[in-house]
Amino acid sequence: MTTHAITLTVNGAKERLDVPSNLTLLQMLRDKLALTGTKNGCEAGECGACTVLLDGEPVNSCMMLAVEADGREVITVEGLAPDGGLSPLQEAFMAHNAVQCGFCTPGMLISATALLERNPEPTEGEIKEALVGNLCRCTGYVRIVDAVQAAASEGGA
Amino acid sequence: MANPASEPFTSEPVGKSVPRIDAYEKVTGSAVYADDMQFGPGLYYGRLVRSPHAHALIKSINVSTALDMPGVKAVVTGADVSNNIGLYLIDRPILARDRVRYVGEPVAGVVAASEEIAEDAAQLVTVEYEELPAVFDPEKGAQPEAPLLHPDLGKYEVANFIFPKPGTNISEHFKLRRGDVEAAWSRCTAIVEGTFRLPQIQHVPIEPHVAVGLWDLEASAARSGDVTLWTCSQSPFAQRDLMAQSLGIPHGNLRVVSPYVGGGFGGKAGISMEVCAVVMARAVKGHPVKLRMTREEEFIGTSVRQSLVAHTKIGCDAEGNLLAMETQYYFGGGAYNDYGVNIARAAGYSCTGPYLIPNVKGDSYCVYTNQPIGSAMRGFGMPEIHWGIEQIMDQLAAKIGMDPAEFRRRNCVKTDDTILTGMKIPPVDLVACIDKATEAINWGESEESSATHKVRGKGVAIMWKAPAMPPNPGSAAIVRFNEDATVNVSIGAQDLGQGAFTVMAQMAAQALGVPYEWVRVSVPVDTKYSPYEWQTVASRITWSTGNAVRAAALDARRQILEVVAGHWGEDPEDLDIKDGVVFSYRSEEEQPLQNMVVYGLPNEGFEGWSGGPIVGQGRFMPTYVTNLDFETGQGTRAVVHYTVGAQAVDLEIDTDTGEIDVRKIASVYDVGKAINPDLIMTQIEGGAVHGMSSAYEALYFDEKGQPLNPNMVDYRIATAMDVPGEIHGDFVETPLDDGPWGARGVGEHVMVQTAPAMANAIYDAVGIRFSDLPLSAEKIFLALQEKLAGS
Repeated sequence: MTTHAITLTVNGAKERLDVPSNLTLLQMLRDKLALTGTKNGCEAGECGACTVLLDGEPVNSCMMLAVEADGREVITVEGLAPDGGLSPLQEAFMAHNAVQCGFCTPGMLISATALLERNPEPTEGEIKEALVGNLCRCTGYVRIVDAVQAAASEGGA
Repeated sequence: MANPASEPFTSEPVGKSVPRIDAYEKVTGSAVYADDMQFGPGLYYGRLVRSPHAHALIKSINVSTALDMPGVKAVVTGADVSNNIGLYLIDRPILARDRVRYVGEPVAGVVAASEEIAEDAAQLVTVEYEELPAVFDPEKGAQPEAPLLHPDLGKYEVANFIFPKPGTNISEHFKLRRGDVEAAWSRCTAIVEGTFRLPQIQHVPIEPHVAVGLWDLEASAARSGDVTLWTCSQSPFAQRDLMAQSLGIPHGNLRVVSPYVGGGFGGKAGISMEVCAVVMARAVKGHPVKLRMTREEEFIGTSVRQSLVAHTKIGCDAEGNLLAMETQYYFGGGAYNDYGVNIARAAGYSCTGPYLIPNVKGDSYCVYTNQPIGSAMRGFGMPEIHWGIEQIMDQLAAKIGMDPAEFRRRNCVKTDDTILTGMKIPPVDLVACIDKATEAINWGESEESSATHKVRGKGVAIMWKAPAMPPNPGSAAIVRFNEDATVNVSIGAQDLGQGAFTVMAQMAAQALGVPYEWVRVSVPVDTKYSPYEWQTVASRITWSTGNAVRAAALDARRQILEVVAGHWGEDPEDLDIKDGVVFSYRSEEEQPLQNMVVYGLPNEGFEGWSGGPIVGQGRFMPTYVTNLDFETGQGTRAVVHYTVGAQAVDLEIDTDTGEIDVRKIASVYDVGKAINPDLIMTQIEGGAVHGMSSAYEALYFDEKGQPLNPNMVDYRIATAMDVPGEIHGDFVETPLDDGPWGARGVGEHVMVQTAPAMANAIYDAVGIRFSDLPLSAEKIFLALQEKLAGS
């Protein structure tokens, strides 16, 4: 398998990696950088557990090759609050019991972060629409939507 | 935490909605799941070769081409694994021997240096099959002329409360006989009967199964060396026990480690593919072997909820008193029923649903079919049987002109009633649940529809469920104090997202008299270090493990009070602990727990010391459950207890499209005692959406048993867009005699009757009954068209 040297920024840190052509961005994050907060739920772009921000846009990292991230900026759940604290959305997910098994949580947080970046005051309908690609089997989504609304009303992602 | 005493804290946390103990780890991405564990460069990868046929004889397996491939380390087949494995009925080969019984059954396991090599090599394993006629319908499968799946059924080991019928495909037959059903029909004013069909559905946890097996180089039957399985598990101890028996490994050398579980719903209970990783690792001792299910494998190669065909007939008198019920439940158990047999049994001893019916004839069968393995799923048989029962109750009420909620109040089980098995039901208040649920949707008032082509309807359904388990499943707990008076609670129960660790920490803190924030619950669960737990199933953890944790905390508290009382020259009876400080009601002396819980306290005048590291232990096991008579299902105590509840649904049907818009679900359960009220609400919300989603879900197969929709696009689960307009949760607290602070479980119950409550509301809206699941807009639209054409 041909490998490629790529450079990219992950959670604020510059990385240089040699990656095989067929390595997905998800595999690169989890297996090369040990950023295991990003989850593998289906490897088919169906569940959203692997959602990361690529240049600020939410993408399914299982559906992208690592080489496509060359020269770009990736944010994972580990990078949502780089100072070691919690982002307002992370705080709100905790305060609203929006977490159960936790496996969808990283992807949910990423999609919600992207939503609030582009639309700081979303309606309930807009929140649900923004999270439709992130499946959750535990919570029934109720608290997740509540948490995003609360974070928005407190003014930030 | 530098000094826990200076942190904000919660006194006496039982009954308070304290924050989840695991939330911080989960929102930061630092919570470790099985796929996140690191095993270093020695890690090998496994891939299973699966059967393409629903039912076939294996004529030959050729692994030599696969073995020749560079990077392939081993190929394991059924010839390498001689014993079966199973929970209640030991009917399942770990890798198929001689015969395959469903599409997707593991036939061989390839171990290689990378996932890609394993996948490529798996395609080089060639298997020659001779196809056999297959069974897909459980009722047809139960007939004497059906093709036989398990000719050796009579030779399998089986638990003493499960009754297979060798020579047939019936792996369990539970009989319930009470009163005189035949005589009672003549006294009935109204009789309704129906046939109800439910398809196989899947748990669809967002985390697929992952298992990593490792045999230490020196692992053998001797005392040195371990065999370890790391996996996402609801049942680490049950898996250890089953593998120990099947593979002949001493329990003490077999270690199952389960980190956080990314959703279980029963699918990670018992044992499925995990044991394959262990037998594959045996071929490459010293190397861990990782086996991770693809989403397609998760659908067909782990386990599914059983299908059901139910024939049910129920009658009542003119005043609305239920008099008689006759029912046959045929559960489609799939290819292996090692766990599923107990679902049919549970459906048998609870076959009436939450109703007092004096004359009952019930037959509940688990039947082998050539489909994925039917096993535990949230509700364990109860969602399946309530689908029909709850629709018939509405039809009976309509026939005698009674309000369906009132009909249920009149007939539902009440504290100390002698129920169908002859046991007295422990305290429950189902009437209060019905009242609260119906009030919440303005029962009896009709609502304006939102458009002229839309119609509103309301429906109610009630439920019961007992923990379905062997008579004596145990729980154990250890409570250890640290120097700073923080506490580590060790249990073998797992947090699947339901909040078990939070609730256990609350109970430990309450019983010890320390703040909630001082308590940690040890994760991962590790059979080598954690105390015993049967399984995290049956909604039994709050109750059973809760009792063990409470006992362990009280044991630690007793040790502390003895030391301090000795130090003060007082009676322990006069002492108490609050907010981490021991005090005396008599002398008003105070002693903080810090340090003394490890180092003890000096005797008077420093003449030596008393005490030492405080370690409390506790256990709980129900000791009172009896066997039931094989012919009648009668006995003194069939189960430990029941949890009951009511759901009421307000929905709207678009008559142009058949689409269902669930406006509101009100859901109320008798929880005994709400240890953490908000966590109950989150279970109620998640359960209502899971229950609603399940009404639309089905695994589809073609006529040869090939699965048609094993992916999340063609098998849709509810998304954020599908959530009902409002979910109103509430609870009733009728304390359970042997529950910790009176508590009983509620995690599974919250989805049991959502589908039939919807069906009753759909009937209320459009006057059409649907006896088969799944529901769909298309089905409703076509039924509306047919109704229009007929009128």
